[in-house]
Amino acid sequence: MNKIKASLKSAIEAVGLESGMTVSFHHHLRNGDFVMNMVMDEIADMGISDIRVAASSFFPVHGRMVRHIKSGVVTALDCNYMSGPLAEAVTSGMLEKPVMFRTHGGRSRAILEGSLKIDVAFIAAPSSDSMGNLNGVRGPSSCGSLGYAMADARMADTVVAITDNLVVYPNGPSSIDETSVDHVVVVDSIGDPAGIVSGTTRVTRDPVGHVIARHAADVIEASGLLKDGISFQTGAGGASLATAHYLRDKMVSQGIKGSFGMGGITGFFVDMLEDGLMEKLIDVQCFDLEAIRSIRQNPKHIEVSASHYANPSAKSCAVESLDVVVLGATEIDTDFNVNVLTDSSGNIMGGSGGHSDTAQGAKLTIIVANLLRARLPIVVDKVTSKVTPGETVDVLVTERGIAVNPIRIELKESLQKKGLPVKNIDELKEIAEKMAGKPRKVEFTNRVIGMVEYRNGEIIDKLYQSVKE
Amino acid sequence: MGTNLLFVPGNNPAMVQNAGILGADIVIFDLEDAVAGDQKDAARSLLKNALESMEYEGCETSVRINAMDTLHWEADLRTVAAAGIDGLVIPKAEHSDDINTISGILDSIPEANEIFLIPLVESALGVENVYQIAASSKRIRGIFFGAEDYTADIGTVRTKGSKEILWARGRIVNGAAAAGVEAIDTPFTDVEDIEGLKKDTLFAKALGFDGKASISPRHCGFIREIFYPEDEEILYASRVMDTVKEAEKAGKGVASMDGKMIDKPIVLRALKVLRAAGIKEDFKYE
Repeated sequence: MNKIKASLKSAIEAVGLESGMTVSFHHHLRNGDFVMNMVMDEIADMGISDIRVAASSFFPVHGRMVRHIKSGVVTALDCNYMSGPLAEAVTSGMLEKPVMFRTHGGRSRAILEGSLKIDVAFIAAPSSDSMGNLNGVRGPSSCGSLGYAMADARMADTVVAITDNLVVYPNGPSSIDETSVDHVVVVDSIGDPAGIVSGTTRVTRDPVGHVIARHAADVIEASGLLKDGISFQTGAGGASLATAHYLRDKMVSQGIKGSFGMGGITGFFVDMLEDGLMEKLIDVQCFDLEAIRSIRQNPKHIEVSASHYANPSAKSCAVESLDVVVLGATEIDTDFNVNVLTDSSGNIMGGSGGHSDTAQGAKLTIIVANLLRARLPIVVDKVTSKVTPGETVDVLVTERGIAVNPIRIELKESLQKKGLPVKNIDELKEIAEKMAGKPRKVEFTNRVIGMVEYRNGEIIDKLYQSVKE
Repeated sequence: MGTNLLFVPGNNPAMVQNAGILGADIVIFDLEDAVAGDQKDAARSLLKNALESMEYEGCETSVRINAMDTLHWEADLRTVAAAGIDGLVIPKAEHSDDINTISGILDSIPEANEIFLIPLVESALGVENVYQIAASSKRIRGIFFGAEDYTADIGTVRTKGSKEILWARGRIVNGAAAAGVEAIDTPFTDVEDIEGLKKDTLFAKALGFDGKASISPRHCGFIREIFYPEDEEILYASRVMDTVKEAEKAGKGVASMDGKMIDKPIVLRALKVLRAAGIKEDFKYE
């Protein structure tokens, strides 16, 4: 049996891709990804149109998708995150059908239950053998975990692996094995390492970010969850990662050892593992070179699928064992609903990713955010897009105070006892508006450009096209 | 006065806006070294607007005006004093006359009644004259030692070991104490070296300084932690003051606690502890 195809074109011909079908991609190569563009360009050249692209995320590097929308090659998009020129095009109303925005856990649920049916999964593979045993930990385009591609590989009608690093059979470890892969295509390069991962992930130098982070770490301590066996997830940027650093200091000084760190894994978490401060790492995505080295070498650094990470329909998933998650927000309203999908003007600039999944799963969900961003108050009466429901959010930490969701009255009392600067969320809104003024309301048309699907499959909000001035 | 003072560039709108939440007891908005010559007017205007419109809760505000040998200092002083400021840091303080000049101007501005002064002593002459400077005005809250300019003035190199400023530090502490004002130590300028900061701050505290300035918000928390008294110290100091006040009320000439006489040094130390803990104590030792 020979699974190797001489070219992308011959692979696409072999899988019988037709107009009207759904193709899928993962985003482990992030903004260094070459594969989505090369596949879609080939599909366009072959005269195929009306394709739905179901990618776990779209990055600025995928801006070329705009031309495929204009030409009718692509008529529908499905993702968990979107930024860059494609997001701008969708915001402007270029795509006729609304984009489906899901969560990482919700996407895997939708694929595994069949509500998101994939005809052909194109899987970028930093390492593959001739039969399609794939991993992301070796090769010039290494990305570490391949967690987001696993549901696609399992459920797509046909699977095409695309690699720039063909190794001798059998390849191991196999994050995705040959039982799922139909064809293997070898190309010169699947990605630009500079865009795939960063060399090192640095903690913010922004002093306001550090104020927020210190408060967030104090909140975790006051919650009573800072004890042996603690598990936590933080983002890789800004105040989120800084929070993890302050939490680490507390763990060291109090002799506390955690059970696992999770999420997008950075060198920070690797250090915690190697320093004995964490027992294990659960990794659905690697963010930097240290994380890739660790997942390749350390059996305590565990690669998981997006379903294992956060699928709400699974018998269990990792977010349900999470103690603390620290997340960001572009807006949060006085009911604690969080927007991470659009800015206050309705421009698409991100997506849930694992935001809603971890918020619901964790025992303590903390949102860290500057009270003012680009002169706009972050606390609003009603979020422009509801992505993570307020009932799954426990605390908002800003540089000018901490607001606790009224449903967590006991937590509010604990924070007050510790002397933390607790305020009502309405007070925080007033402080922000006093400093920056109340923003003028953005007007929207009736045209729906996106649907926000919660992790359980429920549509919880719709994105409307804004009225252009 | 509080234990940590933080420099914030007076021409940086984001820093000026957020200065009140960075953990400093006193924010020093800097119009001097942080602002280029052609930006002085803009920075002064920015600060005026910020002081008039922002609320800086939880800290006191001060401005380091430009030195008195420049064209800017008086405009700085009059603008920020009228805009609402708690204190002024006077750079390159060398003579009591300079402080008197500034005090005189402040006395003529109705909004400036309560404004305190912190002379920044940063030259060989300033260190020689530290007591006269510290005792020159009722407005003086403390003396602030600036080691960078000082070492340049005496012709030596500034090092992390700080042996070259040992004598000056001691003289500052002594001069300030003699005048009954506080002594504020020079900033530790390596922002990344937290261990070095801690060591330097502990040493300054041991010398007798009441607080320390910083150029990075990251340093504020560490400085406060080191200068902040232990719970037992605060408790003891509170008991001392209660005992002294009770004795005074009862017309007793001598107060005693736990079988020991409470004399003036014990009271002064107790007052210092309470001040460092941010506890107001109106008691005046006769």
